[in-house]
Order: sequence, then structure tokens, then C-alpha cells
Amino acid sequence: MDTTVTENKLTAKDYSSSQEVKWCPGCGDYSILKQVQTVFPDLGVPKEKFVFISGIGCSSRFTYYMDTFGMHSIHGRAAAIASGVKAANPDLSVWVISGDGDAFSIGGNHFIHAMRKNFNLNYLVFNNQIYSLTKGQYSPTSERGKVTKTSPLGSVEEPFNPSELALGANASFVARSLDRDPKHMQAVLKRAHAFKGTSFVEVYQNCPVFNDEAFFAFSEKDTKKEQAIYLEHGKPLIFGNNDEKGIMLDGLMPRIVDIKANNIPHDHLWIHDEQDKTKANLISRFFNNEFDGVVFPRPFGVIYAKERPVYEEGMTHQIEQAQKLKGKQSLDSILSGDKTWEIK
Amino acid sequence: MSTETSSPLQKKVIESESAVVRFAGDSGDGMQLTGMQFTDTAALLGNDLSTFPDYPAEIRAPIGTIAGVSGFQVHFGSKEIFTPGDNYDVLVAMNAAALKVDLPRLKKGGVIIANIAGFDKKNLNLAKYPEGASPLDDSSLDEYTVHKVDVTKHTKDCLAASGLGMKEIERSKNMFVLGLLFWMFDKSPDSTIAFIKEKFGKKPEIADANIKTLQAGWDYGDNTEIFNTRYVVNAAKLPSGTYRSITGNHATAIGLIAAAEKSGLPLFLGSYPITPATDILHELAKYKTNAVKTFQAEDEIAGICSAIGAAYVGNLAVTTTSGPGMALKTEAAGLSTMLEIPLVIVNVQRGGPSTGLPTKTEQADLLMAMYGRHGEAPVAVIAASSPSDCFSMAFEACRIAVEHMTPVILLTDGYIANGSEPWLFPKAADLKDIKVNFLDKPNGAEGTLLPYKRDEKLARPWIVPGTKGLEHRIGGLEKQHETGNVSHDPMNHEKMVAIRAEKIQKIADTLPLAKAESGKDKGKLLVLGWGSTYGAIKTAARECISEGYDVSHVHLRHLNPFPKNLEEVLKSYDKVLIPEMNCGQLLQLIRGKFLIPAIGLSKVQGLPFTTTELKEKIVELLK
Repeated sequence: MDTTVTENKLTAKDYSSSQEVKWCPGCGDYSILKQVQTVFPDLGVPKEKFVFISGIGCSSRFTYYMDTFGMHSIHGRAAAIASGVKAANPDLSVWVISGDGDAFSIGGNHFIHAMRKNFNLNYLVFNNQIYSLTKGQYSPTSERGKVTKTSPLGSVEEPFNPSELALGANASFVARSLDRDPKHMQAVLKRAHAFKGTSFVEVYQNCPVFNDEAFFAFSEKDTKKEQAIYLEHGKPLIFGNNDEKGIMLDGLMPRIVDIKANNIPHDHLWIHDEQDKTKANLISRFFNNEFDGVVFPRPFGVIYAKERPVYEEGMTHQIEQAQKLKGKQSLDSILSGDKTWEIK
Repeated sequence: MSTETSSPLQKKVIESESAVVRFAGDSGDGMQLTGMQFTDTAALLGNDLSTFPDYPAEIRAPIGTIAGVSGFQVHFGSKEIFTPGDNYDVLVAMNAAALKVDLPRLKKGGVIIANIAGFDKKNLNLAKYPEGASPLDDSSLDEYTVHKVDVTKHTKDCLAASGLGMKEIERSKNMFVLGLLFWMFDKSPDSTIAFIKEKFGKKPEIADANIKTLQAGWDYGDNTEIFNTRYVVNAAKLPSGTYRSITGNHATAIGLIAAAEKSGLPLFLGSYPITPATDILHELAKYKTNAVKTFQAEDEIAGICSAIGAAYVGNLAVTTTSGPGMALKTEAAGLSTMLEIPLVIVNVQRGGPSTGLPTKTEQADLLMAMYGRHGEAPVAVIAASSPSDCFSMAFEACRIAVEHMTPVILLTDGYIANGSEPWLFPKAADLKDIKVNFLDKPNGAEGTLLPYKRDEKLARPWIVPGTKGLEHRIGGLEKQHETGNVSHDPMNHEKMVAIRAEKIQKIADTLPLAKAESGKDKGKLLVLGWGSTYGAIKTAARECISEGYDVSHVHLRHLNPFPKNLEEVLKSYDKVLIPEMNCGQLLQLIRGKFLIPAIGLSKVQGLPFTTTELKEKIVELLK
């Protein structure tokens, strides 16, 4: 990637387009937009090299509000379009913007293949566990029992756990953040950008109209220290109102322990290792009551990050190799093929 | 038509203007390869020709069954050949099922070469011949010349000392047949020998076995008394120049490469495998030397979407598919219409609806190409008329897409995609450049950017991400005229719908006028064709004209827009006949647009028209 820094450093304002932002008052999307605009001047990418590709939904209007290149496309297909953008021009910094319905329902196939193929791009999914633009139907991340217009007696579906889904599709970078923690989101966005490969960032986003307070347990003062756990590479898993709880691994079974009561040293706790896929899988499952019916805190931060070959480099490499070995074929030789004959 | 002479070996030589040979056998018998090798040799020796590969949808249907019959038909001649032929002169039947399937179209008096090993009790049962009866032993084939040859036994004998296993030996039996056919038509096996050596370069024992068997087939014809007739089809008097043989799919692939070169754009193909379009993807995947990027997408939707992404960032972007895949691409095709970016969508039509007849041909996606998008979403539609014409039309599709900033649908079909013909290929220098209009600075007043400001063709500029100072957003929502900003203004929407339609119509300014390619510019009957029916219509029209009928043939390569003078041309004839391998789709368009009582001729059998069918209809209308 071209990392030339423009002469006069830009500010967040330079990334704000002239279009009027039309999200509902109080929508979590405002915060995400702000954090993206805030970190962009620091990424070392010339402004004209940013490309946003979005699908459909409230989230996907995002593209219009960034003063960069962008395409607001069609339902669920942003990842597929982005793959063509990145394959055709690896030099661009490509950002896919999607929502939980867009990415995991109508675009489910493209999502898993995007994780598997591993283009070097950033894939942000704004998860509000509801269909908002179509006015309040349950989404593939809505909890079982969710009462909506299409599920008046409660949804009978099990929700996707996006992190687990991404890891299952062989994602190389999986992170979670939330709209109501700007600093955390900025840090995660920077990590996603710096990571070479498809960076999947799930952002918990509040929909004040159709699913208000869905994630407040993880963001509000009185509950978040008990319910959320912040991951940092090389640091022990600790949470609780007084940082008194830790997580230990008993074989492959996570256990919540009281550090203070039992005087457990930090290095006996589970130390977060972003590159350990097995542990990442376990952490991603701190989602529902997965382990012996014990409620584990919801993890935020980089769950997994391990680089592996990226698609566009493999593609480019093959072309370079073929050209080195055989050289470019002239159009005349392609037109004539191997076998010709003369008619006089 | 033909002259007979005697050779020194007391074998009769019949000289003929043209001949049709059909190779038919089980789908594992290698009939496609045998047919292609025979074709290549005929082409190299200067015959004009046309081929028709005809194979089952199953990779390997149960051995010996009617469902498993794979055929390859080649029509070659010393005159111009436009079709694979209605009926054949020689039928090679490797088993009873092949005979059963293909006998009905063998000419009376034609030659059957029957592999008797394929006519044992089991094979006869599988082919559903009555218990105890064999067509080779009763009088049912009396009106043909039947050569019973134990191909399997001769192949085994020939390779007894080769050290190869029985399976590998049996696999060579198609070479015996090919050798025999080369002898019958007095054609040198040299080119096939060269082919075998190259194909089995790493397995010399297999190469030797194949060459030996090929030679044994030739010798068998030469030495056996039963073969007392050879046929000679001389080289054709074609326009002078250098030729190659080409299939439609291959021609489409190199047409795209040529357009990339002539536009200076990198070529990107986003595609998902589907019969019969997949060979275009296979072919382009070979051209990494020329920086061609092929992307095997996760599905048809991702195929077109990846191409949209590549087009957006300035590549010559293409997606290839066939009917069912086309259906999946329609939403994205609508997006590309709104974005107004250059995109080539190739639909190699097959029999439908749904999965339909995946390996058979049809031209029933015309209305889908014209209208198969929601909203008012016109795109350019063009169609190739023969295997080599796929090259020209692929190139043309790219030209229209890039110069007019629009998606273009190129229709070909299974018949011309898999069929081959000799091609007087162009020189690179003879191909016209394609003009690309990238915008690199603001185009509005006071340094503003107008992404949807149009030129005289109504085409908007191509603004590629990465161009400093031109950052802007586009998408599927309706746009304000010129600024491209989202607009829900009712009058603006109507205006934009009209502009997008007019833009497509303006392409007609760059198109050649419609003109009769056979017959007069005015007269009693016009046969109006499109797509792969070209060869059959041309042959039928020419034959009817030579028999004194007042008939002309106009062939449409551009279907949206039509050539500017089409109405005038149609009104120059008393009657207009439109033959199509569908239920009358062009017929509807022509009747609807020009209000003329055109007459349709439909064939929806998964098979191309025969010349005879067309001639009968022409004569009936001229009575």
C-alpha cells in the first residue's frame, strides 16, 4: 500500500462529506462515523485511496457521509463488490460497511467467503440485532424469543454469534467494539487497518427506535464491569466491579474465579493470546450460557489476529510468476493460437 | 456433385463437395476428442467446416445406455460451410445405444461403422432393442452400407504386447476409429500424431499405444477388402489468408483479451462455473502472462458483483454465465445500470427454464436480456452469430460498454459456444482502438465535480477511486442529474429514466446499418435472424435463392438498440419470417416496435435448426 502522507495533515472534518446525515437522533451510527473520521487522518493513507463499499440498510448509508470514494450498493453484496475492487486495485484502502441483516442474512454467503478468501480489507458490521431500515423485524443476531412485527409471539430462531461465525469461516482478524466506547472503537479501527488481511470488526450499535438499550449491559456504568471483559494481548482476563474476577482455563473449560478471595496471581489466569485460534474460539463463545450454564462476560477488543496469505497478493504473485517464466504474449500470437494454416 | 475413380488398389474413390461425419459412442468412449481431432485435421487440410458437439448432461451416465450417448458431428467441405449439416453421410456407432439415438438422421445409403463389441447382448438390452434382435443381424439396416468392425478386439490385439493394462488398452479404441476415418477420407494422421505426442509427453508408453492404434485403424481400412471406397473432400476455396480453428467460447475469451489490449485496460473476469459458459473462464485463466485476472466467485451474484467492483476501479470487467446464472445476476445488473459503469455480461444461453437442458442449446434469454431487471433499466444487448463471430461480438461488447459507459449483455449459446469453425483471424493492428474516458480533474463550474455530467453520447465520465480530488459517492439510489447525489425528486427520476434510455438508443449512431447478406434489398420474403441460427438461415436462403425463390436474409447482431434503418428494411419486403430457437421472442420485439405482422418459426428442442426445416418454411411462405 502507498503510505505517502499528504503534506498538510488532514483532520476529521476533511472526511466529512457535504451530504446531510439522515440517521435517527441518538443512533449509534453517529458515533461510528465520528470514530472513523477521527482515526482516518492518522492512518497514513492518501484520502483519495480510501474506498467505502456498503450494502443496504441504515448502516450502509455510511458511505454517503464520508468524503472519500464510495459505493452504496445492494443488499448483502458489499463484500462481493469489495473483492472485485481489491483484486483489481490492491493499492486502495477498502472498507466494507454492513449491518447484521446485510452481512449475516442476505449476505451470509459473501460474508463467510470474504473471511475465507482474506483480501486485505476492513469489514465493519454494525450489529443492532434488529432490521431497522425495514422498521423492526428480527435479524439473524436477534435473541431467541425476540418479539417483533414478524415474530409477534417471539422469534423461534437461534441467533448467529458473529465472532464464532467469522472464526468458523477462517477469519484472520476478529474484533468487537461498541458505539458507546469511542476510545475503544478508535483503537480497534486502527488495529483493523494495520492488520494485513480481512479485518472483521463487529460493532455493537444501539438502535434507539427499534431495539433501544440492547447492549446497554455492556456499555453502561452500573453493569459493564460485570458483564463485559476487555481483551488485551498478553494481559490476563480480568473483570468485575473491583477487578476481582478472573478467568482461568481448566483444560479447555473456562472457569470464573475470585482472584482476591483466593489470592490468585495474575500469571495463573488465562493470558489473552490473539494468535491462539483455539483460545479465540473459546473466547468467541462467551456469548450465551455456553459453559456449564455459567454466564461469562461478553468480550470486547481483538479476539483473534493472525496474518496469513492475502488473496490479492497470491493473485498478483501468480501473474508476476507467469510473466517472468513465459513473458507477455503478443496479441497477434494469441489471435493466431498454436495451429494455423494458409489458404492461398 | 461427386465423381468416382479407381485407385491402383482397386478401391473406388468418390470425390465429394462436402461430407458429414457423426462420431457417437458412450460418454466414456472419447468421441468428443476423436471428433475434434478429425476436425482439426480437416481444417488443417483446408476444408471449410462446422462442428456440433452434442453430449449428455451427466458426466458419466451408466455405460451403454441411451442417456449416455455422446456425439460429435462435423460437416466439412470444399465449399463454404455454415452448419454442421442436417443429416450425416457417415455414422460411427461405438455401441448399440449410439446407433439407436443417431440412426434417424443418417442419410439413406449412408455408411455405418459399427463397433460390434458394443452390440453384444448386454449393450443391445441397454439400448432397448427387442430381446434376441440385433440391428446388425436383421434387415433393418438394408438401406445403408454397414461395416461391422470389432474395434475393441483390434485395439486389444494391436496393444497386446504393449504392457498396458486392459483399461488403458480399451481407452485407446477411439484412436482405431479415428485412424480408420482418416483412411476413409484420405486425410493424413500426422497432426493427430503430433497432438498425441504433446498430450502424453510425460507418458511415452500411452503416447506410443495411441499412435500405434491410430496407425492400426488406418491400415485396417487400407488392407481390408470390405472397405472398397474412399472419399475425397478437397480443400475449400476460401478467402486467402491464415486460418485457425476456433470454438465460440474460446473466441469470446480472446475477443475480451483483444479488447483489453485495444483499450489499454486490465482485464478482470468475475465468474462462477456453469455449463456451457465455463470454458470462457477456463480459457481466460490461462492468460496470467497477460495480467488477466480471473476470479472464481462464491456464486453468480458474487461473480457479477466482483466485476462491478473491478469496473468501478477502472478495469475492463466481465462476468460470464448461462441462463440460471443470469437470473441470479439481475439485481446487480440493475445496480450497474444505475452506476453507469462499463460492464460486459456474457450469457451463453442453454435450454431452460430453470436447470432445463444444461448441455443443449436454445436462444430463449433474449427477452430476459432486454427486460430482465426491475425498474426501467435498459442495457445494450448484442448477439454472436457463429463461433468466430463470438470474437467480434465480445470485442464489440467491450467497445460499447467502455465508450458508452453502460452494461452490455452479449448473448451466445451452447451451439456456437462449443461448435467450431475455421477462422480467418485478424491481425492485432487491424483491430480498432477502444477509447477510454477517465476523468482526472473536476468537470463542473468552479472546480466542482459532476460525476453524472454527460457527453454527446450521454455517457458520464469514468472516475476511478484513487484519483486525487475527485472523491465522491455513487450507488443504486436514484441520482440527481449531473451531481449524482441521491435524489427522490419525482421529476428528476423521470428525467433520469429517460436519459438512461436515450443513452442506450444513442449507441445506434455508431452501429452499421442493417443490410441483406443474401438476396435483394427489396422483395417478397425477408428472413430476419439473430444469434446462432445464422448458419442454417444463410444456407437455407442461399439454396432457395439458387432455386429461384425471392428471399433475402438479414441477420441482427445488435438487438438493443436495433440498427437505425431496421424499420425501413423490414418494410421493404412483403413478408418477414423470424426463425428462433424459442417461442418467438425477437418476433414479439419486432411486432411490438414496428407494428408489422412478422411471422415466427419456433424450434424449442434444444437443437439447432436444420437447413431443411427453414427451406420448407420459406417455400411455404412463397407459394
